[in-house]
Amino acid sequence: MTAWRTEGGSAIDRARSLRFTFDGRVIEGFAGDTVASALLAGGVSVLGRSFKYHRPRGLWGAGVEEPNALVDIAGDMPNTRATQALAVDGMAVRSVNADPSAEKDRHAFLDAFARFIPAAFYYKTFMVPDWHSFEPRIRQMAGLGVLDEAIQSPAFAEQINHHCDVLVVGAGPAGLLAARTAQRAGKRVLLCDDGRQVGGSLLFREGAIEGKAGADWAADVAAELAEAGALVLTGTTAFGIYDHHLVGLNQKGADGAPDRLWRVRSTSIVLATGAIERPLPFSNNDLPGIMSAEAALVYLRRFGIVAGRKVMIATNNGLAYETAQALAAAGADVTVVDYRADVPAPAGLRVLKGRTIVSATGRGAVNAVKLSDGSVLETDAVLASGGFTPSVHLYCQAQGKLDWRDDILAFVPGRPVDGVDVVGAAAGDFKLPAEIGATEGREFGIVAAWPKPNSKERVWIDLQNDVTAKDVELAVRENFVSVEHLKRYTTLGMATDQGKTSNVNGLALMAELTGRRIPEVGTTTYRPPFTPVPLASFAGARSGTRMKPLRRLPLEQQHRADGAVFRDYGGWLRPAYYGDGAPDERIQAEARAARNGVALFDGSPLGKIEVIGPDAAPFLDFIYYNTMSTLAPGRCRYGFILTEGGNVYDDGVLVRLDENRFVVSCSSSHVAGVHGLLEEWRQDRFDKRRIFIHNATAEMATLTVTGPKARALMEVLDLGIALDDTALPHMAVVSGVFEGVALRIARISFTGERSYEISVPADRAVALWARLRQAGEAFGARLLGLEALMILRAEKGYIVIGKDTDGTSRPMDFGLTAPLERKKVEFIGRRSLLTEDAALADRRQFVGLEAIDDKGLLPTGAHGIEPSSAGLRSTGYVTSSYFSPALQKPIALGLIERGLSRMGEVIELQHLRQIRRARIVSACAFDEEGSRLHA
Amino acid sequence: MQLFPCPFCGPRSESEFHFGGDAGNHRPEGFRTVTDGEWTAYLYERNNPRGAANEIWMHMTCGEIFRMERDTVHHRVAQSFALGEGDGHDGMAY
Repeated sequence: MTAWRTEGGSAIDRARSLRFTFDGRVIEGFAGDTVASALLAGGVSVLGRSFKYHRPRGLWGAGVEEPNALVDIAGDMPNTRATQALAVDGMAVRSVNADPSAEKDRHAFLDAFARFIPAAFYYKTFMVPDWHSFEPRIRQMAGLGVLDEAIQSPAFAEQINHHCDVLVVGAGPAGLLAARTAQRAGKRVLLCDDGRQVGGSLLFREGAIEGKAGADWAADVAAELAEAGALVLTGTTAFGIYDHHLVGLNQKGADGAPDRLWRVRSTSIVLATGAIERPLPFSNNDLPGIMSAEAALVYLRRFGIVAGRKVMIATNNGLAYETAQALAAAGADVTVVDYRADVPAPAGLRVLKGRTIVSATGRGAVNAVKLSDGSVLETDAVLASGGFTPSVHLYCQAQGKLDWRDDILAFVPGRPVDGVDVVGAAAGDFKLPAEIGATEGREFGIVAAWPKPNSKERVWIDLQNDVTAKDVELAVRENFVSVEHLKRYTTLGMATDQGKTSNVNGLALMAELTGRRIPEVGTTTYRPPFTPVPLASFAGARSGTRMKPLRRLPLEQQHRADGAVFRDYGGWLRPAYYGDGAPDERIQAEARAARNGVALFDGSPLGKIEVIGPDAAPFLDFIYYNTMSTLAPGRCRYGFILTEGGNVYDDGVLVRLDENRFVVSCSSSHVAGVHGLLEEWRQDRFDKRRIFIHNATAEMATLTVTGPKARALMEVLDLGIALDDTALPHMAVVSGVFEGVALRIARISFTGERSYEISVPADRAVALWARLRQAGEAFGARLLGLEALMILRAEKGYIVIGKDTDGTSRPMDFGLTAPLERKKVEFIGRRSLLTEDAALADRRQFVGLEAIDDKGLLPTGAHGIEPSSAGLRSTGYVTSSYFSPALQKPIALGLIERGLSRMGEVIELQHLRQIRRARIVSACAFDEEGSRLHA
Repeated sequence: MQLFPCPFCGPRSESEFHFGGDAGNHRPEGFRTVTDGEWTAYLYERNNPRGAANEIWMHMTCGEIFRMERDTVHHRVAQSFALGEGDGHDGMAY
């Protein structure tokens, strides 16, 4: 192809020239050029190498339909269609699937072996030992662009939720008219188009509308719409329609900004998505220099480029004549090969009627074509039109069904879909809308020109996926005659292109080969996205730490100042331990401080769900396994919450503040679940007007003072409460005052030491913490992280839900049988505890495990083992395992079959083939009588 | 992403809702008399209909639980009702 720049070109500004490189070669162009138009004008005919055979490929199209010209733009997206990427001064562009360049590709030899690598060659050949041992090499040789992982978007893609009355997709004549009509009727309108300018075909086809040139009319309508408040988005692709007609739009970011994702919910949708020109099937129809006739018109009128000197227009319809006349007027030597015999030829054009192209020849670019009458004509550009395929993707995604029209040889929208209208070329109407346009011209009059079987040479069906007519024939021979199988077997219609140019030709050949009509063959499913959408658009701001935001403590800065090492605990970022040095030593020291002196702990994430109202007590009797209504005001009680299946769901302390007010202290990672559960039963089973539930977890911080010196430290604080054990015994709660603000002090212990949990409004946490630190100095108070707390509670045999329980644990497995035996009323999961399974003798029960083999800590997860007829079987497993600073030896907890009745027995445990021996002991390894709680 | 009509808040994105199971799956009462079969049916047997479905949902942002009639084939929502109101609220139809 020897394309050249002539005059005109409505898209470019000739006053502003630019330069960029393509495979290292300098290309010159003008502002407004696409990468494709600049390369075309610069005489570059080979823009890339084909997917499989590394055939040289040039431009076919001028927009979204381009199957060949995918390029990598340095610093931007891989596999960008050159036809849609704006040329930018200084950019570096590389061809894809070509090494070192599209012009000189080292894998070009593959094409010589093409007859040995037909469709499904890889599936059949690379099977032993298995595909994965070949895949890396093959992927390297076949494929498209390369993702540059070094490229990081400067910002997040914005995501916008938008509601409107009418969404119009496509700003060609039909779409603009629909948008204007809706807007004038008072509707809220959003009009989008994937081009950089509104107008669609009006930008390059002739036709006056309402007394104006088409492009001027389009600009005026867009201006009128914008003036009236409609949203007009250019560079924006409607890539999919989803449930309830949610439409996804991807708006190309300007000047390197990230793209923007729109989620549009519109009362009605108008699809004016146009139609895409099909290639003509003849041998070697993939040679560079063979281009869509409509694309050549775009390059002439938009970019001032004439596609060749000696131009051949090959067509089976009337729409290509505008290209022929325009190129002739621009000075090209034009010959029309019209596949139709019986058509009036326009004056001044050389037209060869009733003939077809049999084959094209040329190395690296087309230089001649052979016609059906045997003649051979020299040419440097073949501009082909095999008819038009309406873009029905979105209609089909909205559950539309297609009808075949023999008069235009195309699938068009069939039965109406509620809320979705299809207009213009997308509906098979290739003329301008009658109410605004001239009706002369644009006569279509298509005849069939489908691919035929048994061609000697290769006739390309799908340019992007290197599928030829022979491949379709092979699929039929091997009985892949369903259109979906055809697609999977040959890759026809796959990848970024999704068969925009190729599908109908492939279906027609399949119809011919199987003796069916094209509509009987049917189409493959149209899946979103219409064109590739950057993953960054879908991700939006939800990346990195924002993917799952951590919840943060009011005291985070204070903990950081104290050298805390933070970890994620059930979604909360909490101090694991404090200070530098070997973590184990720090953790052991913190635990020792709580046993020997006093420690301060930030327990703020602890669940604090208030249950308030006259029916709160009976409600909580139903929620908990334990009886809670007998709890006296000012007291606390430990309990389990079960699932209806009778399994332990959560545990914690219930605080009764007064007759009608309780606080459910659930596990910090379970707050949302427990809150949902409480709401569910409140609304479904109780009089919801007599119970109110309020989740106060985040608004209250909980700071804990624990250790033998805890009371002494509390005395110094002067919180206005009596601290003697009659006024505030273990498992009691009182109200105090700190700097004029009411707070709650509860004697609840998760360490086994005397403890005071102080719950204070979150905005006073910093002040109270500072006061605790200051008062603590005199007592050598130490900060306690989560890891040390885990050891302290394990020494006491206190469980952590989800660690020491699993989905089969029942409350009796923890020795808590009294409620089941004595409780009078119904509670969640009660009936499930009366089943055979719940009463089985060999249930796994919660016990301590004392290693007796001097091999150190028992591994968490090690299984108790026992011989059985089928080899070793598991009798349970280790759930928690630590070195106990108080006992100076390893301790462990576990769920072991019949464990509660096997105290003192020695069992074997296995972990990664290592056998360990341990004695079953009480889960509570330290201070079993609990005297330290009162010390 | 669909729109679900919360009887209290109106049409909202489906991501705000939590599925609560079949409507009409009443809890058998009386733990001493409920048979294993009745309890098993309550715990595990689900309708899983093709077509019209009658379901319980929770709108997580307002915390209210309600009943919704929708179709499992084309996902169209017929109506939703606040619990205990019978047909008190007109759901949105699409």
